[in-house]
Amino acid sequence: MNESLLRALIPAVTGVLVRRGVDFATAEDAVQDALVQALASWPANPPADPKGWLITVAWRKFLDASRSEKSRQAREARIETEPPPGPAQETDDTLRLYFLCAHPSLTPASAVALTLRAVGGLTTRQIAKAYLVPESTMAQRISRAKRTVAGVRFDESGDLATVLRVLYLVFNEGYGGEVDLAEEAIRLARQVTSMTADAEASGLLALMLLHHARRAARTTAGGALVPLAEQDRSKWDTSLIAEGVTILQATLARDRLGEYQAQAAIAALHADARTAAETDWPQIVGWYDELVRLTDSPVVRLNRAVAVGEADGPQAGLAALDGVDPSVPRYRAVQAYVQERVGDRRLAARLYADAARSATNVAERDHLLRQAARLNVTA
Amino acid sequence: MAKYLLLKHYRGGPAPVVDYPPMDQWAPEAVDAHVQYMEDFASKLRETGEFVDHQALLPEGTFVRHGGEGRPPVTDGPFAETKDLIAGWLIIDVDSYERAVELAGDYSAAPGPDGTPICEWLELRPFYSAAPTVVE
Repeated sequence: MNESLLRALIPAVTGVLVRRGVDFATAEDAVQDALVQALASWPANPPADPKGWLITVAWRKFLDASRSEKSRQAREARIETEPPPGPAQETDDTLRLYFLCAHPSLTPASAVALTLRAVGGLTTRQIAKAYLVPESTMAQRISRAKRTVAGVRFDESGDLATVLRVLYLVFNEGYGGEVDLAEEAIRLARQVTSMTADAEASGLLALMLLHHARRAARTTAGGALVPLAEQDRSKWDTSLIAEGVTILQATLARDRLGEYQAQAAIAALHADARTAAETDWPQIVGWYDELVRLTDSPVVRLNRAVAVGEADGPQAGLAALDGVDPSVPRYRAVQAYVQERVGDRRLAARLYADAARSATNVAERDHLLRQAARLNVTA
Repeated sequence: MAKYLLLKHYRGGPAPVVDYPPMDQWAPEAVDAHVQYMEDFASKLRETGEFVDHQALLPEGTFVRHGGEGRPPVTDGPFAETKDLIAGWLIIDVDSYERAVELAGDYSAAPGPDGTPICEWLELRPFYSAAPTVVE
């Protein structure tokens, strides 16, 4: 059984129940129950019509859960005569589910959890494992999120930017467990891109593909970080790069630039260089200038300083760093990198050690410690 | 989300602000109320989707180290005079540092022998998170 094919059916099934008049929270619970049953029974008894099976079982789960409800008979009478949803309606319903799960009233973590369950078709247990919390905690987080959006009308128009933000978070953060969150985010971004004409949705998909292409080269077998300049580029996935570049070029041609497209453009320029030395840094600086204009983010200014250092020399990099807020995460690490290139290895070693102390993940901390150690040995 | 460890200490940390006798000298009802507060606190966090784990530790402990190739591990302690002694922990998964501080403040309000908050110092420590994919 291909689990991602099963997962892809989940939002449409929830949409059918909601169309039958079931409220979103109840429908979503019934579909989750059907999903858990499918995961258990399909490997031995695959159904001929997977979607029909899910709808039937989810509907039965809903009826079991609402036996006392007076409206039950009326509902049953209504579905006898209802036409099956057409493809356009199904797409509308799925997109509405995305909007609901990423509703601005939800915290990012709640929106991520609800999105992974209701449109991603992950089980609560899988989501809990991916974020290293007990299953009961994740179940509560999802129930609360559903209560938060209980008053939101299903057909209310939503905010695509928050949907994209949630998918970006799924791609970028999380420990994984048995589910590959990066691939899950890409699957969902593909679905959103197929349902909307939004340039930033395509930009986000391109960004994900271009970064995912480098995954095998990003860490050693032991889990240590390998910086971009030192990565074995033969390990980059050329078909993902080709797909990302194609999507990005078509999107940029539409002239509706946004943050994700600009980030994807930077990733594409890195992907384009056969060696680190061939990287087109002046063009990358140009894209960082666009990103500064679009976001005015201090993190972007910090990364821009690295690119300026590569394009115009380390002194220019230092000058660019002057305008950046030193409290930005990874500021010390960038300062260390630029100082080493300027030639002050002692200062760079000290800055790397400082940076290691303020790192927020172990892989980065260890990487920075190794840099400090390397410089201290030869300083 | 970010995970934090709330450490309860038997000893160590800043000077206590409320003077109270050791728990074995409290009235049984006061002990029950204190323990109940801790349990209720964990239940509340389960409901908010912020609970990860909580455990209590016995006061005695032993230091252990590798004893060399083919030799048994070397043990030392327990030490009656250790300055810092951990009593237990609560691990939370929250949206922000501010929320972690708020929860730690509430957790520290567990009732003492006279029913008023003991205001014990709790140590708040952030966990390392997962490495992000996009860094440039």
